[in-house]
Amino acid sequence: MTFKRKDGRKVDELREIKAKVGIIPNADGSAMFAFGDTIAIAAVYGPRLLHPQHMQNPETAILRVNYDLMSFSVDDRKRPGPSRRSQEISKMIEHALMPVLDLKEFPNTVIDVQVYITQADAGTRTAGINAASMALAHAGIPMRSLICSVAIGKQDEELVVDLTKAEEDFEGGEGPSDIPVAKIADTDQFTLLQLDGKIPPQRIKEALVLANKACNEVYEEQKKALKEVAGQ
Amino acid sequence: MMERKLSEAHEAQEQNVELSESVQKKRKIVVPGEIIASGEDYLPSEGARRIGNEIVASRFGLAEEAGRVIKVIAITGAFIPRRNNVVIGRVTNVTFNGWVLDIDYASSAFLPIEECPHFINKSEMTQFLDIGDTIVAKIWAINKRGIDLSIKSRGLGKLEHGFIFRIGPNTVPRVIGREGSMVGMIKEKTQCNITIGQNGWVWIKGNTSEEEIKARKIIEFISENVSVDGLTEKVEEMLS
Repeated sequence: MTFKRKDGRKVDELREIKAKVGIIPNADGSAMFAFGDTIAIAAVYGPRLLHPQHMQNPETAILRVNYDLMSFSVDDRKRPGPSRRSQEISKMIEHALMPVLDLKEFPNTVIDVQVYITQADAGTRTAGINAASMALAHAGIPMRSLICSVAIGKQDEELVVDLTKAEEDFEGGEGPSDIPVAKIADTDQFTLLQLDGKIPPQRIKEALVLANKACNEVYEEQKKALKEVAGQ
Repeated sequence: MMERKLSEAHEAQEQNVELSESVQKKRKIVVPGEIIASGEDYLPSEGARRIGNEIVASRFGLAEEAGRVIKVIAITGAFIPRRNNVVIGRVTNVTFNGWVLDIDYASSAFLPIEECPHFINKSEMTQFLDIGDTIVAKIWAINKRGIDLSIKSRGLGKLEHGFIFRIGPNTVPRVIGREGSMVGMIKEKTQCNITIGQNGWVWIKGNTSEEEIKARKIIEFISENVSVDGLTEKVEEMLS
């Protein structure tokens, strides 16, 4: 018997992806990325002058990510302003993106990335990473490759891809697990691997195989959106 | 006199060969990490790297194959200054030996008093350039300490009257056209003086405000439609 998901998707099926580049005219680079009802927008500003001066690094530019949920993005109004959660996710996105960036060309400067979630239905950080990676490319920042991100979940004993909020709150059996993953496109290198819940160590490998396949689908959408903005 | 000098500033910009009209060059949009070509025959230039047997894009842009050399031209993003770029900047500070200017980049640029075409008394510096004044200048050096400007060449100097607006810095080569053909056409038809800085700042001064607005509209049109086919014809049509 095959596992039935709440919204009728197959276990390795992503929600509908929407990706668009160049959505914010005032930014140097911008992008939108959506997994179904989760919508993330990202704007890149810079390289620009970094203040306070003591944070400047004479060897490279630094990356500064700010992630947050918009107050209207969730069912209960989210109190605006930074929170413990949003600061942690900002740092985490920074670490997920940094390995592909080559910022040595711009010493003493900062590249600001603003990631905002306009609509949340689980998987906001993965959508945020995808949008941020596209926005950085759009801003012309030198990078090795794009970053693709997707969440793998476990419903009881079944591994599924790209959880919704309803699935994240799954009850029964072993309960839900959520494993957000980010990887460098076209490689086997992962830049993010988090685990919320539990999973037997030997099944991690299985989850990564699933993630690999889903990330390739994400990568194709990212490429398509970037080429579209250039009119090709 | 001043006006004639300014319109000649384009001579310095002609090195920026127009993007999409030249022949016999293969072009395609690439994404960071995308393989542009494989084989030992190719040489990676700006925006591209060699990984093993392949030439890979290291930024988003237009990959161009010119003979054996492959480079990726920026089509989006912020202005990155290069040596010999002609830029338009605004004075933000006056120091004892020069002026500090904002040129729309992370670090400010410096115009030393020695790089002025004539002698200026250090006690009367603000009479030549004061805070808020706008100039056309050439980047003559980029070093660790910052960007150094010069206004010694022909066509450079203070901008008086007219108005300034901004376009995307990556669309500047298209607006200027091959050897200044596009902007030359606009200048001729609208009777305006136009100077375009590589940082995307455009200065226009015409005889009437109608002509100035027309010139601005056309420049903005070009800037928004860089990749459209037959752009030159469309601009000609708008001008006539």
